[in-house]
Amino acid sequence: MAFDMEQFRRIFYQECRENLEIFERELLTFEPENDGDNEQINTIFRAAHSIKGGAATFDLTEVSQFTHVMETLLDETRAGYRRLDKATIDLLLKSGDCISAMLNAFEAGESFDTALRDELSAALTQVLSAGNEGDASSENETISEESQEDSILQNASWLVIFKPFEDLFFSGNDPLRILRELKVLDPDAVTHCDHQKLVEFDEFVAEACYLNWTIYLNGSLEAWQIKEVFEWVEDECELIIQRENIHEVEVPTIDQENQAINQNLNEGNASETTEASPAFCEKPDMNQSVDNSKKSLPSSTPSANSPQRTNLSAKQDSVSSIRVDTDKIDNLINLVGELVITQSMLTELGQNFTENKLEQLQQGLDQLLQNTKELQHSVLNIRMLPISVAFNRFPRLIRDLSAHLQKEVELVIEGEKTELDKTVLERISDPLTHLVRNAIDHGLEATSVRREKGKASTGKITLKAFHQGGAIVIEVSDDGAGLNREKIWLKASQKQLIPYDLSPDMMTDAQVHQLIFSPGFSTADQVSDISGRGVGMDVVKRNIEELGGFIDVHSVPNEGSVFRISLPLTLAILDGQLVKCAEQVFVVPLLSIVESIQIRAERVKLASGGVELYCLRDENIPILRLKEEFDLGQSGPLDKQILCLVEAGGKRVGLLLDDLLGQQQVVIKSLEANFTRIMGISGATILGNGSVSLILDIQGLINRFLQRIGQKTKHKAA
Amino acid sequence: MTNNSAAFLPTNSANSFNDHASTSMSFLSFHLGEELYGIDITSVEEIRGWEPPTLLPTTCDFILGVINLRGMIVPVMDLRVRFSLGERGYTATTVVLIVSKQGEKGKRVMGIVVDAVSDVIELNDREILPAVGHSAVVPFISGLLNHESEVMTLLDVNVLLNIDIMMTEVEC
Repeated sequence: MAFDMEQFRRIFYQECRENLEIFERELLTFEPENDGDNEQINTIFRAAHSIKGGAATFDLTEVSQFTHVMETLLDETRAGYRRLDKATIDLLLKSGDCISAMLNAFEAGESFDTALRDELSAALTQVLSAGNEGDASSENETISEESQEDSILQNASWLVIFKPFEDLFFSGNDPLRILRELKVLDPDAVTHCDHQKLVEFDEFVAEACYLNWTIYLNGSLEAWQIKEVFEWVEDECELIIQRENIHEVEVPTIDQENQAINQNLNEGNASETTEASPAFCEKPDMNQSVDNSKKSLPSSTPSANSPQRTNLSAKQDSVSSIRVDTDKIDNLINLVGELVITQSMLTELGQNFTENKLEQLQQGLDQLLQNTKELQHSVLNIRMLPISVAFNRFPRLIRDLSAHLQKEVELVIEGEKTELDKTVLERISDPLTHLVRNAIDHGLEATSVRREKGKASTGKITLKAFHQGGAIVIEVSDDGAGLNREKIWLKASQKQLIPYDLSPDMMTDAQVHQLIFSPGFSTADQVSDISGRGVGMDVVKRNIEELGGFIDVHSVPNEGSVFRISLPLTLAILDGQLVKCAEQVFVVPLLSIVESIQIRAERVKLASGGVELYCLRDENIPILRLKEEFDLGQSGPLDKQILCLVEAGGKRVGLLLDDLLGQQQVVIKSLEANFTRIMGISGATILGNGSVSLILDIQGLINRFLQRIGQKTKHKAA
Repeated sequence: MTNNSAAFLPTNSANSFNDHASTSMSFLSFHLGEELYGIDITSVEEIRGWEPPTLLPTTCDFILGVINLRGMIVPVMDLRVRFSLGERGYTATTVVLIVSKQGEKGKRVMGIVVDAVSDVIELNDREILPAVGHSAVVPFISGLLNHESEVMTLLDVNVLLNIDIMMTEVEC
């Protein structure tokens, strides 16, 4: 094809995935008891239909044929001939997974496991035929006959009789080209040329076409595919395209057919040559099943596809796209328009400026400020996606898991419209999945235990997202047993995660609960295949902290646990508190500030070998003198200075600062682009006056500081 | 000039420069104290007046800090400190050369504080001499060039801007 199909191909994959999502979502909410509502089945059907259509357009015959079986099943359901029971829904869900796997494989240019597809395809066909046999109503019989007929027809090869008129060449068409194209559709096509109409040499006109053709094509092709080839010559020929029963076709054609089957069975869609008979003999039953599952005879069109696919996979890595609502784009265009107007207004004002226009200038600048703010907001908005993108996978996960663990689970999702940055969203999905798995596996008790405790037998998992301050909060909660303090303690001491001289009563519940985030901690009594694979909560915690957020757990025995993730809205912009230290302005992420206080000297205590602690409401907070930490000078006596309480990873310290300045949104710039990572600094930003200001890495600062005082006290003790 | 008594140490980079001698190279010459230095002019992006940068804590002594170069955060290095040439403060002629090198991850840009820029010097057909001595500057030298009555020390930008080398230096 002359024009670039790649872009459409990418859109196709994207749309397919969206359709699969719809497909899955609707199936999950489908209630077999009351037959669901009709609209739902229609939606499911449409999704399957779109996937099939798209796949056929892009030569993904294997996908389209597989989907076709599903579509037939859904079509019958839609027409009311069939009811979807739980088993069928399960089967359809699995088929959806299979399509998704196929798509992934095609997109990456890899081969996929055909065994699973064949198995599912056979199962679907079985459901189709079983349903038809079981029902004796006359209406259904016709359907079944039709579909059987259909199934025979699917296996039959195509007979194409092509009789061009004599003047075909005058319209600029060439039969040879058409034949070549057919060969691309089916490399094993058998062509007979009929030259009876050829005239004597004296009467022969060089520009006339005297030849007719009879062509046998692979039965798995769609009629439209063949018709498409003849599109341009329809009016200049006699054309017959019809199914021919496989048994009536001459012997060589059957061989061709078998060869095609074998080629498919061998996953040989990339190989040009096929060893037909041996494989055929080895897997007769396989062949049978393929025959049964009428649609799984994909024609192989290797020569056309394989190079394209490799090409695609090479490109795929570098392309990452985002789908944006047209509304958002329109809004952006409007804003840019306004900005241009304001700019031209200001330019005009500047060209002949007199002092009495000062007020006008002020107004113009205000407008400019407004415009830029809105523009910034809208641009950031483009990267924002609703969190439902991440939440959508959980109904399925819970369905599968609850069946696997034999627990009854109800999922409640709240605030799925909450928007957050695409990057954050992508990177939060895995940690969230881990949390939800944990909640079902460890959090919720077994159904029998729940009954004993007098709880509802159905456990409840709640996923909740909402805004709080400048952050997005995601909560994963369950109404299970809650965290077991004794168990955690025992486990932690076994794994030597607690200093040996610490006794259980020295730690608060919250502190004990924090232990589950320590590396190498897992409380599952048995290692199940759902959770407890060693990549525990510490990985979850680290992932979240990498995003600039933090995770917290709150648990009440027998009432359940709540895992609360707090995330920044975006990674490109940060709400910052500007602070002054040693005549320099630093930015402290607002998210990590708990509060700021003025130091009262009598509350500063020296403890455990020179560590300064500040007593605030019965809590001892270590004081981190930023000036000394950064080697920018001496901070002197503490009285009346500003202490900014910051928190990261559940630990709090007080930053000793010279002054608090304003709060401001800052654009994060990388230091690493031109230099390297620096301890305690997460990046830099440019302030309104053009100067550079450094953004503090609170997590890094706290870790390093606590580590150092730890060493210091140990040293003193020794 | 400072290393007259030391033995000659031929370096590879000097040879590589001589290979290019036919295609005439230009050097931007600048002063650090009494000494004349030069760097390949194609690596110089721009020359800026001196303004105090934002201090960068807990890093090499010779990294003075970072400046805002049209929205880009660019670190500034003081060659006097790096070459142990002694302090002289920043005067009216002090400038920052913005130099760049092509790295694996794209272009890396840095500022270099020098006492004053003086001239653009064509290499023409002159020969680049190998570096001499054991001073702190030697690892960064690509060769020496006799220019009028002075000796110009040619610096290799690629070595100068190499972060890994920076991190191994004692001042860090």
